[in-house]
Amino acid sequence: MKTEIYTPERNVVDDDRTTIERTILSDYKYGFVTDIQADEAPMGLNEDTIRFISAKKNEPQWMLEWRLKAYRHWCTLAGEEPTWANVKYPPINFQDIIYYSAPKNKTNSKSLEEIDPELRRTFEKLGISLNEQKRLSGVAVDIVVDSVSIGTTFKEQLAELGIIFCSMTEAIQEHPELVKKYLSSVVPITDNYFAALNSAVFTDGSFCYIPKGVRCPMELSTYFRINAENTGQFERTLIVAEEGSYVSYLEGCTAPMRDENQLHAAVVELIALDNAEIKYSTVQNWYPGDKEGKGGIYNFVTKRGICKGNNSKISWTQVETGSAITWKYPSVILKGDNSVGEFYSVAVTNNYQQADTGTKMLHLGKNTKSRIVSKGISAGFSNNSYRGLVHVSKNAANARNFSQCDSLLLGDKCGAHTFPYIEVKNNTAVVEHEATTSKIGEDQIFYCNQRGIDTETAVALIINGFAKEVMNQLPMEFAVEAQKLLAISLEGSVG
Amino acid sequence: MNTIEYFKERFDQIQSENGSNGLGSLRQAAFNAFSKMGIPTVKHEEWKYTRISGAFNKEYKFPVNRMVNHLSEDDLKAIRLPGSEQANELVFVNGIFSFPLSVIPSAELIVLPLQEASSNEYKDIVVKHLGHSSNYLKDGINALNTAFVQDGIFIHVKKGQVTQHPVYIYNITDARSDNIFSQPRSLLHISENAQVQLVETYATIGLGESFTNQVMEIIVEKDAMVEYYKIQNDAGHTNQVSSTHIRQIGKSYIHTVVISLNGGIVRNNLNVVLEAEHCEAHLYGLYFPMGQTHIDNHTVVDNVKPNCLSNELYKGILNDNASAVFNGKIFVQPNAQKTNAYQSNKNILLSNSASVNTKPQLEIFADDVKCSHGCTVGRLNEEGLFYLRSRGISEKIAKSLLVHAFAIDILEHIKPEPIRMYVDRLISERLEFNIT
Repeated sequence: MKTEIYTPERNVVDDDRTTIERTILSDYKYGFVTDIQADEAPMGLNEDTIRFISAKKNEPQWMLEWRLKAYRHWCTLAGEEPTWANVKYPPINFQDIIYYSAPKNKTNSKSLEEIDPELRRTFEKLGISLNEQKRLSGVAVDIVVDSVSIGTTFKEQLAELGIIFCSMTEAIQEHPELVKKYLSSVVPITDNYFAALNSAVFTDGSFCYIPKGVRCPMELSTYFRINAENTGQFERTLIVAEEGSYVSYLEGCTAPMRDENQLHAAVVELIALDNAEIKYSTVQNWYPGDKEGKGGIYNFVTKRGICKGNNSKISWTQVETGSAITWKYPSVILKGDNSVGEFYSVAVTNNYQQADTGTKMLHLGKNTKSRIVSKGISAGFSNNSYRGLVHVSKNAANARNFSQCDSLLLGDKCGAHTFPYIEVKNNTAVVEHEATTSKIGEDQIFYCNQRGIDTETAVALIINGFAKEVMNQLPMEFAVEAQKLLAISLEGSVG
Repeated sequence: MNTIEYFKERFDQIQSENGSNGLGSLRQAAFNAFSKMGIPTVKHEEWKYTRISGAFNKEYKFPVNRMVNHLSEDDLKAIRLPGSEQANELVFVNGIFSFPLSVIPSAELIVLPLQEASSNEYKDIVVKHLGHSSNYLKDGINALNTAFVQDGIFIHVKKGQVTQHPVYIYNITDARSDNIFSQPRSLLHISENAQVQLVETYATIGLGESFTNQVMEIIVEKDAMVEYYKIQNDAGHTNQVSSTHIRQIGKSYIHTVVISLNGGIVRNNLNVVLEAEHCEAHLYGLYFPMGQTHIDNHTVVDNVKPNCLSNELYKGILNDNASAVFNGKIFVQPNAQKTNAYQSNKNILLSNSASVNTKPQLEIFADDVKCSHGCTVGRLNEEGLFYLRSRGISEKIAKSLLVHAFAIDILEHIKPEPIRMYVDRLISERLEFNIT
């Protein structure tokens, strides 16, 4: 993978500016717009839009009905957009969004070579040249632009093992029984405002099915990109791990720089059966808006996994550096006995970004364990909140949870917030939570300076150390990328 | 009659009698706020785990101003806290301050009805501070108390004076003939360089239902020191919402200990606002509910100015079907640099059907701070139990030893000895008879 693309590009600034200001001024690297002709649905949302999307995708009748049901439910929620999160934004006009946009030249490309060359150049810019990726890193990638999946690599090799890895559209066509069985089994269409919206209008996403006893030999990966103007991206990801299987899944996101806010409301569902393990990693770098807080993506995502079988495990890892607003709580329902849920997160906010993110661990089965490690870094005028729930139900004997959320503040105009909810209804449970908030110590910087490390590098070093516990959870390919991303966003942010 | 309509009728009656006095407009505003907000339901974020609305479905009698009290010396005897012979005793009956029953030997202490204080030399203080708690307690219950503020009292500790005797405050509900809704209200002003120890307790006489909705506002001036102890051990058929709002407007020191042992639904709001540099606040709490008791502690520590220190430790022991809520908020405002704020909440569940909901919350807007919070929920340490058992100590005693040791962390912060011994005894009795 090309890594040089992540080198921070600095503006030329006066010498007397502090390193903070300089790095805060560093620009969003992925803000280019690709000139691809797109096939779009008319702006606005009504039943016809949904019928249009469904027809475009050649969906069976049951799927359309399912969508309409979700839409009707969403309509009953009209005006009840959730307001409890610690984020502020003007009301979204859902009629101002284009709900379907597909790169026009896509004609069900069988091989990657058939993909629109313009689009391929886009991905080269993003550092994920499809071919290169395929050859070098051995990661299977599914790429979703705006609303539709434009290509999935390594399909054949995976198919030999019985693994299904394809776009959601394809899955609905080719594996309707699996989709029917699992879709919305974890996040019901009535779950929340944005999940209902997503269910009504989702256009694509990835589907992944690992059969019994199979250990997926490579990382599966999806790259999301919003390209067209005024579009919302609504993707739906569904991962099913059958008994005794294992899969590691990566997700990355970018978007062009635009003045208006764009909506991204995805739903991700994970299902782990007996002894299965799913590892889900995200590097989210949607366009965060400019320095005045103008533009940027609203990232309102519902992610939830269920450890359905005994001894199963679901692990979420996320590095959140982008988006104007992040509203995201990857959760685990620990239903099977001895199941394990993990949540590792680094959330970075800068300028006027707002993040309200965390997790829910619902302990239902016996001997269930969960671990939460959340690291929040705020700079500029941003606000960064951790909001988490640990719930131990009455029958969850011997449940164990450990949560740690640390915040680092860089500058005196930003905020760090922690809202942990702990609900325990079983006396054999052991639940621990701890949190700290601090800034980078002057003594730490001094120590580094003294040894010939300049302040900027020292800060990068300290921040990487701060986030290391989470970074270590990322698969190799992403860890490098994520570390560089952190460096771009924040290095030197101490005056 | 619907409770809210009943309140309205009472309010209109009082307002028509003496609505024109100095507190009239404050009360009207508060009543309007109450009418708008109503009784909080579980949808109110601050009331998520405490279902208070049920308690309002009963019919209560609302004490009329200066209602005759029928309390005898014997009634009081049972309620008095140890050490009372050496103390200033302030008695509220059904939410109304009783001058005949109160004993105030300390000359440095001035106690006046709020109505009176709002028109004499203390007017400025009253106008400036009364009702400040509503900036933090944004729900109908706090507004309801303010709407009936005319029965409250004003307590003033004179400048530079150290109150020799502690101040005991009794909130007594006489529910022998009726269901009573009482709303004690007080504004305390601790002047510059003064010192005072406050001990507050609650008691209900009779078997009628009672609901106490108390608001106490404490204003702490420069160089003052305040110790505040609250002991809640009322009967199981009583409910209460008890709000204590402390403003540290000068560099000062406060120390609070809240002990909650018994009651139906007990809700404590404790707000500390550190409004001057170099303030210090220590908050301790112990809740040990049993049976069906529900205890809810909400605390707010708001650091407004730089260089302040706050330390908070709340511990809970839950038995039977009891439930508890802890919600601790720490705010660090944008220029409150060099703040040190710590918070910790620890819970032990002794029974299978007890439950606890805890939410330690930090909201920080300044970067040069040290803030931490932690919370734990668990059961008695099995290795500890084994250690004691292996030395020939019965299971029951071993358990009480461990629980007692857990509680000691809080008890040792009760500085007046008679009160500490008293609380210790209550806890020991409870351990002796109730731990299985």
